[in-house]
Amino acid sequence: MSSLSNALVIVLLLAGGWLLRGIARDRFWRENAVQLWRRRPIAVVALGLFVLIGLADSIAWIGGGGDDEVAALRSRTLIDRAFQPEGFTEASYSAPLAAVSFYGGQPLKHPGKHLLGTDILGRDVVYRAFKGVRVALLIGGFTSLIVIPIALLFGVSAGYFGKRIDDAVFFVMTVLASVPSLLLLIALIMVMGRGTVQVCVALGITGWVHFCRIARGETLKLREAEFVDAARALGVTDLSIIKRHVLPNIAHLIIISFALSFTGLVLAETILSYLGIGLDGSWGQMIDQARNELSRTPIIWWNLTGASVALFALVLAVNVIADALRDIIDPRTRREGQ
Amino acid sequence: MSQPLLCVQNLVLTFPSDGGRIAVVDNVSLQIARGETLALVGESGCGKSLTALAIMRLLPKPGRIEASSRIEFDGRNLLTLSVPEMRAIRGGAIGMIFQEPMTSLNPVTTVGGQVLEAVLLHEKLARPAARERVIELLQMVGVPDPRARFFAYPHQLSGGLKQRVMIAMAMAMRPRLLIADEPTTALDATIRAQILQLLRQLSASTGTAVLLITHDFGVVNEIADRVAVMYAGMIVEEGTRGELLAQPRHPYARGLLKSIPRPEARGSKLEEIKGVVPRPGRWPPACRFAPRCGYAFDRCRVELPQRTAVTAAHGAWCHLVEYEVHA
Repeated sequence: MSSLSNALVIVLLLAGGWLLRGIARDRFWRENAVQLWRRRPIAVVALGLFVLIGLADSIAWIGGGGDDEVAALRSRTLIDRAFQPEGFTEASYSAPLAAVSFYGGQPLKHPGKHLLGTDILGRDVVYRAFKGVRVALLIGGFTSLIVIPIALLFGVSAGYFGKRIDDAVFFVMTVLASVPSLLLLIALIMVMGRGTVQVCVALGITGWVHFCRIARGETLKLREAEFVDAARALGVTDLSIIKRHVLPNIAHLIIISFALSFTGLVLAETILSYLGIGLDGSWGQMIDQARNELSRTPIIWWNLTGASVALFALVLAVNVIADALRDIIDPRTRREGQ
Repeated sequence: MSQPLLCVQNLVLTFPSDGGRIAVVDNVSLQIARGETLALVGESGCGKSLTALAIMRLLPKPGRIEASSRIEFDGRNLLTLSVPEMRAIRGGAIGMIFQEPMTSLNPVTTVGGQVLEAVLLHEKLARPAARERVIELLQMVGVPDPRARFFAYPHQLSGGLKQRVMIAMAMAMRPRLLIADEPTTALDATIRAQILQLLRQLSASTGTAVLLITHDFGVVNEIADRVAVMYAGMIVEEGTRGELLAQPRHPYARGLLKSIPRPEARGSKLEEIKGVVPRPGRWPPACRFAPRCGYAFDRCRVELPQRTAVTAAHGAWCHLVEYEVHA
């Protein structure tokens, strides 16, 4: 548990808190949040659970017992502590709720307690799936936090100011779009290393182009809007026009793009894991290991199931929420007089 | 005569085209005295709106104000002001309202917030004081229940109310000149009368001069002190409302006035001016109205007419009027 990624979690938390404060203060967004809750309660609850698990896995401290002296000196998260005794491990594979190990039939240390069995190193699959939540949220959330400000900065300034700035931004975008993004990603990770932050930054560098293009296009359209002309006729500065008239009008795009890029990134990480450069403890890694195992012994299904179901549930929840949000927020589908 | 509030001289606006820059507004001169309402009348595409935007220095790109032009406001040449100075003029000394109230308000911000922005932009006020000022302004332009409307979004207001809010924004700083670009075109007839009355009343109570751009002589009749008629980028006739409406001299102005439907003319065919305004770049070299004019003679096709004074305040740019007056 590196302190850097814990700092990231705090940053994410602050960002989330700031967002929630903004939602609670503005009537328009408050109403939309209520709408979302009414339309998709299950998805909201599911996402909430994921966030809670991720949070629980980020709150860590040293001490408080543990199974042995080594464990007692390590900082362990709430999730680690929930799966007492430490790690909840066996010697090797065991089937879900089994009393004996899969190979050899030795009695387990915790017979009948592993809901989804254990993996090759004897680690509990449910425990690992829970640990993967935090990694997935970091990948999706933190990378989106890198991508969206960059994309907004470049996209909006390119669209608003046009001319040279637009040319420059478009040049960078075209160059990035013409490099195979997977190769660029691998190269970046090779150079920077395989830590959480590095992978997020690498994903961010390759991922902002798409949203930048959307932001630019929408800003181009808004720049010609009559209320922007009216603001200019009032003597409003360009910066204020962007802040008060352009950004609020692409807020719906920001939210929807955030949700979509979030799921895209979580899935992208599985591909990286498949290539052996994913994050430690991610679902991608679990799936990759399970794949290896399945090619040998097609009967060990629980490893794959644990990771895939968790991945599927998170992606589905976010996608459902994004879809509902689009219906609610997009002015073209918004109903009046509510 | 004291110095006019706004003095536009030889305004030339050009846009690039395949064969060099072509003028879309050509040698327009205008004067507006303090507190006066000048109506600029003409068909679509004759350069009225561009003239207004040029005064605000908001001419859309790639349009250009040519160097020979002068725009003086209150003794200051607007064309030589720096960008921040010009920004202080916009919304401060000169306010502007647009044709489309439906799209001139930001759909995702409350109307109160938008008027507040206009107030805070040019005046350092604490927020509560500014809010009171906004409510006062909304009251002044006749928005019913301004305290509740403060938190309304534009889609919750009718077109007339939106235009009132736009006027409140433009009047936030008590500008000395209000430019109204077809303020009533998008509104229905009854609302139109109310908005015009509001403009007249605001102009009278605050001493604000108004440059009203319209194609509707009904509007002119209700509000204007003086009238300037534009055709194909030039002014063809100007005069006080009484003189010009009673005795238009230029064939174009006469044609426009005749083409207004009148109740007593019911049953007879409405007169029209044949043809359309030629596009910029296709303008005839001499009198621009000559090809559509029923009275045109040879001189009209070779020589650009100069201003002929009919009375001190009433002038027309027409060879025919020149003969009539000097005959």
